[in-house]
Amino acid sequence: MLHLSAAVDQPSAYDAASYLTLVRLAERGGLDFVTLEDSFARPGPDALAVLARLAPATSRIGLVPTVTTTHTEPFHVQAAVATLDWVSRGRAGWRIDVSSTEGEARLFGRRQAAPPDALWQEAGEAADVAAMLWDSWEDDAEIRDVPTGRFIDRDKLHHVDFRGTSFSVKGPSIVPRPPQGHPVRVVDATDGAARGTAARYADVALVRAASAPQAAAVREQLRSMAADFGRHPDQLRVLAGLLVDLGDGEHAAEPGHGGGGPRQTPQGPLYRGGPVDLAELIATWHGEGIVDGFHLTPVEPLRDLERLVNGTVALLQHRGLFRTFYPGSSLREHLGLARPANQYATTGVRHEP
Amino acid sequence: MSRRRMHLAAHFPGVNNTTVWADPESRSQIEFSSFEHLARTAERGLFDFFFLAEGLRLREHKGRIHDLDVVGRPESITVLSALAGVTEHLGLAATVNTTFNEPFELARRFATLDHLSGGRAAWNVVTSSDAFTGENFRRGGFLDRADRYTRAAEFLEAARELWGSWTPDGVTRPFAHRGRHFDIAGEFTVPRPPQGNPVVIQAGDSDEGREFAASAADVVFARHSSLEEGRAFYADVKRRLAKYGRMPGDLKIMPGIGVVLGDTAAEAQEKAAEIRRQQTSPQTALLTLEQIWGVDLSSYDPDGPLPDIDPVVDPALTQGRTRRGDTVAIAEKWAALSREKGLSIRQTVIEAGGRQLLIGTPDAVATELDEFVQREAADGFVLVPHLTPGGLDEFVDDVVPRLQERGAFRTAYRGTTLRSHLGLPDPVRKG
Repeated sequence: MLHLSAAVDQPSAYDAASYLTLVRLAERGGLDFVTLEDSFARPGPDALAVLARLAPATSRIGLVPTVTTTHTEPFHVQAAVATLDWVSRGRAGWRIDVSSTEGEARLFGRRQAAPPDALWQEAGEAADVAAMLWDSWEDDAEIRDVPTGRFIDRDKLHHVDFRGTSFSVKGPSIVPRPPQGHPVRVVDATDGAARGTAARYADVALVRAASAPQAAAVREQLRSMAADFGRHPDQLRVLAGLLVDLGDGEHAAEPGHGGGGPRQTPQGPLYRGGPVDLAELIATWHGEGIVDGFHLTPVEPLRDLERLVNGTVALLQHRGLFRTFYPGSSLREHLGLARPANQYATTGVRHEP
Repeated sequence: MSRRRMHLAAHFPGVNNTTVWADPESRSQIEFSSFEHLARTAERGLFDFFFLAEGLRLREHKGRIHDLDVVGRPESITVLSALAGVTEHLGLAATVNTTFNEPFELARRFATLDHLSGGRAAWNVVTSSDAFTGENFRRGGFLDRADRYTRAAEFLEAARELWGSWTPDGVTRPFAHRGRHFDIAGEFTVPRPPQGNPVVIQAGDSDEGREFAASAADVVFARHSSLEEGRAFYADVKRRLAKYGRMPGDLKIMPGIGVVLGDTAAEAQEKAAEIRRQQTSPQTALLTLEQIWGVDLSSYDPDGPLPDIDPVVDPALTQGRTRRGDTVAIAEKWAALSREKGLSIRQTVIEAGGRQLLIGTPDAVATELDEFVQREAADGFVLVPHLTPGGLDEFVDDVVPRLQERGAFRTAYRGTTLRSHLGLPDPVRKG
């Protein structure tokens, strides 16, 4: 199954309407999910809040905000992500990122900037404790048992007693287990420092790669590392990350961009050309098993997303390579990922969607 | 002089025994549809705002998670962001702690909510210092009780500096805040919120809390219930405003209140009695008594007499819940009540322990609410329904029109922001 996703980032946009236009467009194309980046280091709204605002106005598409782990509270972060899953009825993801600059550290005044390896280790711990807290309520903890006067079965609520290198959390969460069990965790695994955390905790890894062999190599490495962590490699979806500039008509205007494949630029690998050739590239990379899908960042948000959905996606659908409707309702279902069993389950009953 | 008009807010049913879960009409406390129903009902009733409380650690009793009450809730700002998409005028208020958050991140989240909702965000500023809650956070429980309000006040001051840090034409400007609790600098990431400053609510009743409200809040979520108590509180808090160069209308006083309606007074009383029975199950009655007596009373019969043992003070027995104050004095009062009227444990807890309710026909309730406002015991009310999600329906259908007939409540939203609903001045812009 081919998986497609798109970034809906826009400069200087703080109102809901402009984001809604983009997310509805992506949903019309049947994309698995949209991402919205977030950083304390540059202007922009709180991404999770923006996507929560759009949840009632959309019905199927996955909503994946970036939430950073360096200067935030793991307990609050997991609660917010779980809540996004509740308000979207099972469509939440969480793109995990770190804050590495001294400037970001000064905004909080609590700790110094740290090297990427340490930050990504902490991000891994935040991802780990989040899953523990999501599981800290079993699915059937709410019993409403009138004869005994009990609203919950407290044997199905669990302290997590997590002790990490820089924080500890007692638990349980204040939020009952979210609809997906675990909202989908996404990590950009392009940088080496993030790769271990991606292989261990991510459901979706993004790899910004300008060539098929490069993307294939990282995917193989991620799958092998995931296996080392005791995971089945097929639990990890690896998506190629490309900037896309579809402003130049139907076909590639410049050799070395479209028809010749993406080109490395300071902003990342860029595909520049037409929607038709992009469809060809996607079909080829996916068909050859190089990646499980794509995460595409439009250079010109509205223009390129329109061309992507109306051109590239329509063509892939026409060729039977991409879904024409959403058979499932949760993001996990779009990604073909099972709802995870609860690590604290006392009943032995698995709750599949 | 024209009639003083009241403000109305709706509280999402709380995580405590006020919220009745055993009723057949009771629905999910967590699904978005429940929040949407209550918010849409409040907006249909032209309410000023919708209010969410906060939970950071599940309550425990005798070392175990408390299991008798509704429990579990979503994270407030995220739910309110979603509700911004299904409402147009309603203010959206989140309770968020200043002890376990940092100004930059929280100011940014409220600024974002204010942008996404077109100027409808409010922040109920609360403080906490207990190590029990702190076990879920990086900081742990570190704050002296005395420092709670100084940190809250500095936190809010820093947040307002951040909200005002961009120029009116949308250019970022560097900020620097250096104080006892925070030493931060850089650039904020969000333009000035539509309301300038999101509305600030304060709920503490202590002397420090009142002073903090007078100095910095736009709304006080009060707890007094009688007219006379209300008038005294109202006068006291409003009197404090002048010291901060503020006018009496700059701070709205809104007590929380539960309402029970009936076609006749007798029917309303019957319904109220039934609700109190539902709120106080036999198990809840015993547990409430344990919180007062400070000892295990599980061997007692809730339908039997009160224990004839002396209470002890054991603050560790129940964790994560607001203190009940002088428990020994309360125990004496309850024992006397039980003796005098011959009440069982459960009857005593129902009679003495329940939240004050306003009970009557829609006409009587409208009259009483209006009287509170005309006689300066309140500027409005925060309704606390006991049922999710239908607990506000009757009030909006039956009481709001009667308030409107009396000229005591708006008949349409005049503005688009929460500040405009509350009649609050725009914040003074510095620099």
